[in-house]
Amino acid sequence: MGVFSIFPSRASVGAGEVDALYTFLLVVGGAMTMLIFASVFFFAVRYRRKSPNDPAPKAIHGSLPLEVAWTVGPFLVMLVMFGWGTKLYFQNYTPPVHDTLDIYITGKQWMWKVQYPTGQREINELHVPMGRAVKLILASEDVVHSFYVPALRLKHDVVPGSYQTFWFEPTEPGRYHIFCAEYCGTGHSDMGGWMTVMTPSDYENWLAGGSGGGSMVEQGAKLFQQYGCVTCHVTDHEGRCPSLLNVFGRPVVLDDGRTVMADEAYVRESILNPNAKVVKGYKHDIMPVFEGQIGEEGLLQLIVYVKSLSPPAASPPKPAASAAQRSPK
Amino acid sequence: MADSEAILAPQEPGLRHHFDDSAQQLESSTLGMWVFLVTEVMFFGGMFGAYTVYRNMYPEAFASTSHFMNVTIGAINTGVLIFSSFTMVLAVRSAQLGQKKALIAFLVLTLILGCVFLSLKYVEYHEKWVDHHIPGPGFQYADSRYAHQAQILFYLYFAMTGMHAIHMIVGAGLLITLIVMAARNRFTSKWYTPVEMIGLYWHFVDIVWIFLFPLLYLIGHTK
Amino acid sequence: MSTTLPLAPTETPTNYLNADYGWKSWLFATDHKRIALLYLFSITAFFFVGGAFAVAMRINLLTPDGIFTHDTYNKLFTMHGIIMVFFFLVPSIPATLGNFLVPMMIGARDLAFPRINLLSWYIYIVGGILTLTAVFQGGVDTGWTFYAPFSSSYSNTHVILAAMGVFVSGFSSILTGLNFIVTIHTMRAPGMTWNRLPLFIWGHYATSLIQVLGTPVIAITMVLLGLERVLHAGIFDPTVGGDPILFQHLFWFYSHPAVYIMILPGMAVISEIVTCFSRKAIFGYNFVAYSSIAIAVFSFIVWGHHLFVSGQSMYASMVFSFFSFLVAIPSAVKVFNWTATMYKGSVSYDTPMLYAFGFMGLFTMGGLTGLFLATMAIDVHVTDTYFVIAHFHYVMVGGMVMAYMGGIHFWFPKISGRLYPEGWAKFAALLVFAGFNLTFFPQFILGYQGMPRRYAHYPPEFQVLNVMSTAGASILAVGYLIPMIYLAWAWRYGPKSPQNPWKAKGLEWEQSPTPPPTFNFEHQPVVTEPAYNYSGEEQEVKLG
Repeated sequence: MGVFSIFPSRASVGAGEVDALYTFLLVVGGAMTMLIFASVFFFAVRYRRKSPNDPAPKAIHGSLPLEVAWTVGPFLVMLVMFGWGTKLYFQNYTPPVHDTLDIYITGKQWMWKVQYPTGQREINELHVPMGRAVKLILASEDVVHSFYVPALRLKHDVVPGSYQTFWFEPTEPGRYHIFCAEYCGTGHSDMGGWMTVMTPSDYENWLAGGSGGGSMVEQGAKLFQQYGCVTCHVTDHEGRCPSLLNVFGRPVVLDDGRTVMADEAYVRESILNPNAKVVKGYKHDIMPVFEGQIGEEGLLQLIVYVKSLSPPAASPPKPAASAAQRSPK
Repeated sequence: MADSEAILAPQEPGLRHHFDDSAQQLESSTLGMWVFLVTEVMFFGGMFGAYTVYRNMYPEAFASTSHFMNVTIGAINTGVLIFSSFTMVLAVRSAQLGQKKALIAFLVLTLILGCVFLSLKYVEYHEKWVDHHIPGPGFQYADSRYAHQAQILFYLYFAMTGMHAIHMIVGAGLLITLIVMAARNRFTSKWYTPVEMIGLYWHFVDIVWIFLFPLLYLIGHTK
Repeated sequence: MSTTLPLAPTETPTNYLNADYGWKSWLFATDHKRIALLYLFSITAFFFVGGAFAVAMRINLLTPDGIFTHDTYNKLFTMHGIIMVFFFLVPSIPATLGNFLVPMMIGARDLAFPRINLLSWYIYIVGGILTLTAVFQGGVDTGWTFYAPFSSSYSNTHVILAAMGVFVSGFSSILTGLNFIVTIHTMRAPGMTWNRLPLFIWGHYATSLIQVLGTPVIAITMVLLGLERVLHAGIFDPTVGGDPILFQHLFWFYSHPAVYIMILPGMAVISEIVTCFSRKAIFGYNFVAYSSIAIAVFSFIVWGHHLFVSGQSMYASMVFSFFSFLVAIPSAVKVFNWTATMYKGSVSYDTPMLYAFGFMGLFTMGGLTGLFLATMAIDVHVTDTYFVIAHFHYVMVGGMVMAYMGGIHFWFPKISGRLYPEGWAKFAALLVFAGFNLTFFPQFILGYQGMPRRYAHYPPEFQVLNVMSTAGASILAVGYLIPMIYLAWAWRYGPKSPQNPWKAKGLEWEQSPTPPPTFNFEHQPVVTEPAYNYSGEEQEVKLG
């Protein structure tokens, strides 16, 4: 290396797409800047006042055609920027519905705690295989942070009280910076780490290193037992509470008539504040309130467990999809 | 200042030197007060915005809190304020007609009504204190389902009614100033601008309450 | 050499400076010109305090590991931001040049509410004292953006004191805006119709609209933040059902329009300078005038572009992105019109015009980089990085501060009655231009390479560009110090100025002595021609 580039390394095809858009704006912006600099310079020299007693020049009050041209022209160029940027944004921020490798990251002052479905846990390190769509589910234990990987050209704020997701498909093996990009206190600039992109086989080997605590599903199952959820939500047949089999990822009808999707945020809220959304046909005030009793990591494990109660189970990873297939439907 | 006095207009009662004539001065004062009231709308607007957001997020919790609001006191206060706006209008009218005694009487009446409002507000706040409805470490809420959301509502309740009460207190101070000025014969039927301007301010404070009352006290009371 | 003095300078025996003496005549002044000077001195003092913090920050960033503790660095950038935004940039041109010139340019004897003008200065000082108290008590470390829940529930610094300082200073801004709006509506001289107003007035009118509508929202936001910190309960804390993103919406609802408060007055000054030093009427007067209003209106509907990565709905983000592009168009229109004004003009290179050239180039760059930020997919990468820092410094320092310097030099003779040394002034202007670009251009590159902002230390690969930036900052600092010295010198010892050294059009130059008397004019001005009638071609219009 050692070659200076204004572009950081690219870890994904998406990064290259952002760079292309950036280059377009650089060219347009650079041209406009040159135009203004050159015009100002040229007019300043060509029309310079030669003596203090020079007569005042003739007034030119304006030109409607010129005003329209230099209003509409830039507007049209901006529409291109807007359209392209919006399309890319929607693409980058809309994860594929199926077949993503979900990894759970909790930010706290001042570290990133990474949990893999297979049970590994890391601090400030993220390992991902190339050629798969990776979806990160981001939570915060305290203040607002932001998970930023310049090599992906992506970041997302990590907001306490809600889950945020973003996804990407890494294509280049390597080690890339992770930064926290939302000021969060004393250790904000320490809250960095590394994302390592590995070939699929290297990744399998790394996963096989295993985790003593079991997969997230197993850890979640333990919590499910420990907090007594199993007594109602799986084994209960008296109608006190809804079964959690086949619930995740499907719509749920609530007692006030609304229908919501049973996603990660729904499960989290139902644990911490059960009366906020009660399923149709069930009573309020039956389920205990777990606010303040289970930490963010435990919540994520429980969510992964509940996900596992809903087939279809994740299909085996497909070979790296072509660009045309990559856009989510 | 001695210089350039040639440019000053001949003095009319109450006319300040930088204005050309009373009409210009009155126009400026009126426009100035209206612009100020617009800033007040934006100021309260931030809180109304926050209220709207949370009411949408937690409709039942918010509805449940209105059962703990003292609707009787709220309604009396609403009537008191509306009536005080009426007495304020009568004060302005008296000033217009040059009736000093009536002016002072109506200003005093408006002030008394304002104080009635503030006293009843104090009674309400005291009730909230007794009920442990003041947000903070001592907060307690009967319906445990909605404890957190109710605290948000009460926080907004105190922020909004508290800010309103502060504006009432300032208004009371302004009324006292007007009463003193009137007693000292500062107003004539030709110049009574401060009465009119403070009247506008008083009406604004009244209107804010007209919005606060239904939003904070009445939402759950349809059942 | 620049302009020559045409005739012997007219001596004015009494003017606003010597009409009265003693500290009481200044501290209880209601003359808008004296109040403008009160502001000038206090704003300059705050500029240097904020600048000192910046110097400390740039020294820290010379090496990857820095020299200060993280906590100290976090306080430095917070205080730099708070002071520069609320106590320097927002009041700068309106409270100094605006206060001085708005009544004069429209032919009035003072602003509509002179005592409220003085009150607004005192409120500014109180706000400043509160904020400086926070600094001397140990500082604040939340960033000037005060994001919750860090600021409401986690920070251990003097958040409430700083928030109250900001809250109080907001009222100073509101009162100034209110005063300008009323003055411009009701106190124009006979014949001064809206479309004969100098563009300086249009720009300040638009700025005042934003000040009056936007500032109350930051005021209430600071109150809610303070209340939450005191009660340990509130609406921004997620552990009790609150929403931290609501804070961001409330904060940016003001703070985005605020950045237009921090550029429109600069544009207003540039309009005046470009036309005078091209000796030619502005090209596209109506377009420049109405573009100020358009910017003020659009400024209120773009705030969500600060929340693209916060989890805000993608559709809302799309709308905000679209309007963010739109708001750039009136600004571009102004730059084109200024350039066209120079076409076939008679351009001189006096210091104010040099600052105007700098503005036109650097504001263009700053504004164009705003488009990068409006483009959602790019913003995701560069938001919260040095790219944003470079962008806003280009518009606020390369733009607004340059315009401020240009305006100070342009009206210095009118304000002081003296001339400043042109050679030193030109030299300082060039230093500022060079130092500024060396400081901030590398930051665009740093940002795209991924260096986040508010970092007390950084990975070593970012060092070279950081060193360049610090080197530029040292040149920039010298460029700002030099005018302080020669302007102070010239105030006492500079040669006396003629009434209209630039031979500019405008009531303040043509119909008022230099320096002006207390009531601005010796005879009631009557306006009979459009603005900027340099060519003299316009027929004089009889008043109907």
